[in-house]
Amino acid sequence: MRGLPLVPELVRQLFRRPATNRFPAKYLPPSMRAFLRDVQAGRATANPPVPTPPKFRGKIAYDRDSCIGCMLCVRVCPAHAIEFLPDTKKIRVWVDQCIFCSQCTSICPKSCLSMTDAFLLAGEDRYAEDLIVE
Amino acid sequence: MSGESKKAPYRVPIGPNHPALKEPVMFTFEMEGEVVRDVDFAPGQAHRGIEWMGMRRNPVQIVHLTDRICGICGVVHSLSFSLAVEQIAGIEVPERADYIRTIVHEFERIQSHLLWAGVAAHELGFDSLLYLTWRVREEAMDVIENLTGNRVNYGIVQVGGVRRDIVPEQHAIIEKCLATYEGLLDTLLSFFLDDRTIRMRCRDVGVLSRKDAVELCTVGPTARASGVNVDLRQDYPYAAYGDLDVKAVLPDRYLGETHGDVYDRIVVRLLEVGQSCQIIRQCLSEMPAGPITAEEKLVKLLATCKKATGEGIGRVEAPRGECLHYVRMEGKDSPASWKVKASSYSNLMSWIPMLRGSQIADIPIIVASIDPCLSCTDRVAIVQDNRRSILTKDDLHRLSAEKTRRLQG
Repeated sequence: MRGLPLVPELVRQLFRRPATNRFPAKYLPPSMRAFLRDVQAGRATANPPVPTPPKFRGKIAYDRDSCIGCMLCVRVCPAHAIEFLPDTKKIRVWVDQCIFCSQCTSICPKSCLSMTDAFLLAGEDRYAEDLIVE
Repeated sequence: MSGESKKAPYRVPIGPNHPALKEPVMFTFEMEGEVVRDVDFAPGQAHRGIEWMGMRRNPVQIVHLTDRICGICGVVHSLSFSLAVEQIAGIEVPERADYIRTIVHEFERIQSHLLWAGVAAHELGFDSLLYLTWRVREEAMDVIENLTGNRVNYGIVQVGGVRRDIVPEQHAIIEKCLATYEGLLDTLLSFFLDDRTIRMRCRDVGVLSRKDAVELCTVGPTARASGVNVDLRQDYPYAAYGDLDVKAVLPDRYLGETHGDVYDRIVVRLLEVGQSCQIIRQCLSEMPAGPITAEEKLVKLLATCKKATGEGIGRVEAPRGECLHYVRMEGKDSPASWKVKASSYSNLMSWIPMLRGSQIADIPIIVASIDPCLSCTDRVAIVQDNRRSILTKDDLHRLSAEKTRRLQG
């Protein structure tokens, strides 16, 4: 087809599987929040997301017992998301501010900070319990 | 509105926020019928104060801040900031780190150019091509995600080297992606260049002559499409480009002639995708073994940066053109001065000669053709008493003279 090189490709596209992964639901539910509540309660199943790559930088995990309170992570956090608690000499991570650079996990001398695979962190309350790691 | 302005030429304001614009910028067109007689624009609507944030952070933190200057060129800003700091602190980057930086940098160019090609197709109303280009762009995004851990905001560059090595298992993934693109490039070139619609809409539209391109200091693909032979990778090699064979891509090498129009900009960007594949392949085969960072202990790196005094400039060929970071350190934790000049800053002025004499319907594709990235560009917004004002050179001179007089009492 002269001047219309895309047409054969478009026809081929008709018989291919769509590249988009339909997450969390195959078709848009009437209410997304109601659907997610149903998923949490086990009444509905969500379409799984694309798997995370190896060494993905997700929500931070903190091993409180091995922390020595050296404050190095506070010094390198670009987003000022780590708060030092002077009373207990431990830290508190505000995940809503975290930019997932993993700089704190690289500098920690005791390796008590690590990145998990969790990335479904969107919410309405930035001070929600699961967004504060301590 | 005064009576005078109701007569031709009509003034048509577009922006700062407008459905046709991807990013905020204010255009004022002077129209005569369908034809643009004159045009003026005002950037500075997306100022975020990133440099201000940088003045309160140390270089190790700023590197991650620079990732967020642009959503598309993530490695460009962190690389050029690191180059500047390494220059000041006298840090010698290991060769392997240079090669890894180059590989990620070129993957970024591939995804950025494909993203642009899709946007260009969308601006022409050719949405099926947009979806096709963005689907194939995912291959590069997946490899970047595998190499760095994230699709955007890679966080792979750190002052002194890189944070992640490329292990032998990843070679196969990279190789597979390169093979896909090399097999696809001819098809993509034919979809864009042999299409009658694209040829009609882009040939001799938004022409930027070689003289204008040189005089307005345009950079990157915008300059190369007008026949200006500039490419930092060939002119002032950084990272591993000194060892590699990089030649600026010029449209006349492919088509035999240079028009300096939107069509030539498509040609340059698509050919650069192929060039990037070759560069990555060469990097993979020549990559030396060794450490990936000059200073593994971040605490030591912080101390080195704190001791450093002096000024440095990092220049990098971003997908859009030259990106420049200027840093001055004065023996403190945070830099005394940090200035970012994104590539679009140099390219924006070329809108004016391109848009003059074009039709209203061609505005979107011409505006998109330089691949503008305004949130990277906007470094200054002056607001005083809730009014925005612009200081010209004369105003600044007057303010300076007044201050001298004030200080003299």
